[in-house]
Amino acid sequence: MFEYAPAPESRDIVDIKPSYGLFINGEWVEPQSEERHKTVNPATEEVLSEIVWAGEADVDRAVEAARKAFATWSAVPGSERAKYIFRIARIIQERSRELAVLESLDNGKPIRESRDVDLPLVAAHFFYYAGWADKLSYAGFGPDPRPLGVAGQVIPWNFPLLMLAWKIAPALACGNTVVLKPAETTPLTALAFAEICRQADLPPGVVNIVTGAGETGSALVRHPGVDKVAFTGSTEVGRLIARSVAGSRKKLTLELGGKAANIVFEDAAVDQAVEGIVNGIFFNQGHVCCAGSRLLVQESVAEEVLDALKRRLATLRMGDPLDKNTDIGAINSAAQLAKIRELSEAGESEGAERWSPPCPIPDRGFWFPPTVFTGVAQSHRIAREEIFGPVLSVLTFRTPAEAIEKANNTPYGLSAGVWTEKGSLMLWAASRLRAGVVWSNTFNRFDPASPFGGFKESGYGREGGRHGLEAYLAV
Amino acid sequence: MPTLTTPLAEVASSTSTLRAFLHGLPGVDRVGADARAAMLGTRSIKTTAKKQAIDLAIRMVDLTTLEGADTPGKVRAMCAKAVRPDPTDATVPPVAAVCVYPDLVPTAVQALAGSGVKVASVATAFPSGRSSLEVKVAETGLAVAAGASEIDMVIDRGAFLAGDYLKVYEEIAAVKAACGPAGGAHDEPGAHLKVILETGELATYDNVRRASWLAMIAGADFIKTSTGKVSPAATLPVTLVMLEAVRDFLRTTGRKVGVKPAGGIRTTKDAIKYLVLVNETAGPDWLDPDWFRLGASSLLNDLLMQRQKMATGRYAGPDYFTLD
Amino acid sequence: MSERLAVRKTYKLFIGGAFPRSESGRSYVVTSSKGDFLANASRASRKDARDAVSAARKAFPGWSGATAYNRGQVLYRVAEMLEGRRAQFAAEIADAEGVGARKAGELVDAAVDRLVWYAGWSDKIGAVLGSANPVAGPYFNLSSPEPTGVVAVVAPPLGSLAGLVGVIAPVIVTGNTCVVIAPERAPLPSITLAEVLATSDVPGGVVNILTGSAAEIAPWLAGHMDVNAVDLAGADPDLAVTCEELAAENLKRVVRPPAAPVDWLADPGTDRMTAFLETKTVWHPIGT
Repeated sequence: MFEYAPAPESRDIVDIKPSYGLFINGEWVEPQSEERHKTVNPATEEVLSEIVWAGEADVDRAVEAARKAFATWSAVPGSERAKYIFRIARIIQERSRELAVLESLDNGKPIRESRDVDLPLVAAHFFYYAGWADKLSYAGFGPDPRPLGVAGQVIPWNFPLLMLAWKIAPALACGNTVVLKPAETTPLTALAFAEICRQADLPPGVVNIVTGAGETGSALVRHPGVDKVAFTGSTEVGRLIARSVAGSRKKLTLELGGKAANIVFEDAAVDQAVEGIVNGIFFNQGHVCCAGSRLLVQESVAEEVLDALKRRLATLRMGDPLDKNTDIGAINSAAQLAKIRELSEAGESEGAERWSPPCPIPDRGFWFPPTVFTGVAQSHRIAREEIFGPVLSVLTFRTPAEAIEKANNTPYGLSAGVWTEKGSLMLWAASRLRAGVVWSNTFNRFDPASPFGGFKESGYGREGGRHGLEAYLAV
Repeated sequence: MPTLTTPLAEVASSTSTLRAFLHGLPGVDRVGADARAAMLGTRSIKTTAKKQAIDLAIRMVDLTTLEGADTPGKVRAMCAKAVRPDPTDATVPPVAAVCVYPDLVPTAVQALAGSGVKVASVATAFPSGRSSLEVKVAETGLAVAAGASEIDMVIDRGAFLAGDYLKVYEEIAAVKAACGPAGGAHDEPGAHLKVILETGELATYDNVRRASWLAMIAGADFIKTSTGKVSPAATLPVTLVMLEAVRDFLRTTGRKVGVKPAGGIRTTKDAIKYLVLVNETAGPDWLDPDWFRLGASSLLNDLLMQRQKMATGRYAGPDYFTLD
Repeated sequence: MSERLAVRKTYKLFIGGAFPRSESGRSYVVTSSKGDFLANASRASRKDARDAVSAARKAFPGWSGATAYNRGQVLYRVAEMLEGRRAQFAAEIADAEGVGARKAGELVDAAVDRLVWYAGWSDKIGAVLGSANPVAGPYFNLSSPEPTGVVAVVAPPLGSLAGLVGVIAPVIVTGNTCVVIAPERAPLPSITLAEVLATSDVPGGVVNILTGSAAEIAPWLAGHMDVNAVDLAGADPDLAVTCEELAAENLKRVVRPPAAPVDWLADPGTDRMTAFLETKTVWHPIGT
């Protein structure tokens, strides 16, 4: 046997303070709120640091700072704004190893992903939108599109720094200022980003970071001084936000949940389809809104595909997120683990067949093995509800029309996958899938130039590409 | 042609059945295969795993010289190195085989007598394969008669690309017959047949998959990527596709076939990437010189240098390793 | 000799290509701007709204799947038919809005011209909004706009025909289907427009028109889980807030009432089309 020895990435490279204040107007400030909470490493439950859960007064202070900064920042020529954002992109590249380790520590994702996926995309996103800052008049939104003002941005814990990049880069490029709230379980890279803003000499108040949980986020999106609300997270919270901005003039973009179908037709390139299925649902422990959580496989090849899938899953390596050979890291929090367990148990009790490869589970931390449910019916909860974990529901279909019908039979519409070697079938399926992103013969690919966002209850607005500018311009 | 009892031989009953079978194999998406191979290339093999991998890689090397300038002296020197790669360290295992042109087989057989290192000979008008079947069969027979226990044949890429799969099949089957008693199991007498696909000329991964199956159906004991005379030679994704083929062939037919990437594998880091690829594609059952070989020459010294670095903690210098 | 007694038109709802009365059996009196009786219009109920949504949903696959060229032709056909009924619309507009005959005629002309303008967009909007995205990898990556689905529209109270065309045309030209709540006080041109739609190759269910009280019906549409978007162009502020809150339940796309009165005769730009389009991005590897 060829046992890979542990190959841990060094964590000495990161410097985590025992506690953090709020980043407002370019300074670390002491909060009015006295509520402080610990953020832990989900792989070990070790306490990493202590953060503030900002209250209304703190949010108010941050919005005021952003408001004040908007007057000057929006008047900075686009070419100068661009250079600030380019600077930020470069600093991220320079510090990418450190940020990757920090992300894996705080989030639990494998270092291979934070190093090879998250951080390169973060830098690329800032690079991309930096270039737009002085070209907005060519973007198709009129000769002189104006920024909106202060953007209140609330981001999730699954791709902490990447989601920050998706929010902040276009906002700044368009001339807005920002108050961003990272998720309460993964605040550390956002706080590191505050330092990057200082290293880049970004004017005070242009980016403000307030930490906290749901109430902090609620105070931010409700704040009357906010002109634009951008949220990535659950559909449930998205609904509350949509309701709370009703009657205001706040512009809203939402990137919410999903229950993507990954459709494998009988003529698919099986080995790559299996890789796509694995990447679709086990990437980032399945903590991905666009995860391919429903495998729809044509019945004529179902057995072959499932055999190959199970064989492949047996090679997945779960464990220490900082080990460079880890494929599956830790579940981000105890609460998320409980949710995954609850839905998996529902899957079993509703009659689906549960399977996981042999997979040793570490003693401490939050872990869930890669899991496949077969014999799943459309009516099962595991086929309808977003699990946001490494759990795949397998359904079969007989004809292309049935595949599309099942794929679209969900309130969500974020993403979908199509696997076929037949070009016309691929285009036919892609045109009928009611989803914002269709990956054909690939899955979970992201790029700053490629718009991302959903149909239906997966939210509205697009992030990335030229389309992503619209969310931050008065158009 | 000789009657074979290889599994799936019935699909070769006619050009059309063979074509239907090969074209019915699942396609290979190049980008996906490249991405998978690249991902496996990021595996970090350190400390004990690296030590183990280096020794395994040494034992898998087919130490090769295939030059017009090859002489008996050159071959004898290479054989000495094959048996004892590092004269200063007796714990270094010998390589799997040496690989030479047919006329140098007697020299190699003599030099390696009793060592356990096998003699492989290229044959069938290597490297182009452009000759008549009679010549190819005769060349194989002579190499086997001279004592080669492994034959590395090339397929007729021209016939393959022209769609004449049956011609390719029949040539492989004829060469296999010329290797000695039919069967192909490892412990039976008869030379072991490695079929070189020359994947750099087949160009697409779909062709690599089809050629792999074609060779296996025709009786190959091993499928090998390249002659080393065409660029690109072995690559990780091509080897991935071939490893998938042997894995699936075993499941379909119950017969296990080996894989040999050859050409362009020069560093320990490269070699370890191949081992990871084997481990996570065909599985650990293939991590054995009987089932996986690395066709190389300069690779061996890099493996030795890395091995010494791990033993001493110092970076090694090339002057301390022999150039044979 | 006494004047000939005119044969009056019965104004009904327009649902799924048919002209039913409200299932509730209710109607309400429509008067001219001077207060004269014009007609009894149907007062649509929530069940009529529900039926209209069903019809719109049923029509969606066919209409969104039609070629853009075809949709453009259909819209142009609507313009042709509208032009042919210029006198009738002018008379109705004059009654409803109290404008002179000449002004009323100009308003009809504007509506016809707007339809022609939108008709031409059907096979161009994709080129303007879509893009081939240069991603950093061996992938073909194409973004293109797709219709949002079923759109509920609260038509603007003023600007009658131009306003009506100004909210309906941008919704349907891209492949959406809609349920429109006609202006409550001046609903008659809407139903006459329905007659135009019914005779101009617009498939049944693509446009459904309800007359009655927006305050009564709009919340049902805003809360309907099979409606994908609401255009609150004609909703008063309170109704707009109610509808936007209800729309949150299934994350409908919401177009809020305009901050300032809209000049329906001015160049509308593409905003009303883009508001009801989703961007779909398709990836595919590039390789041999």
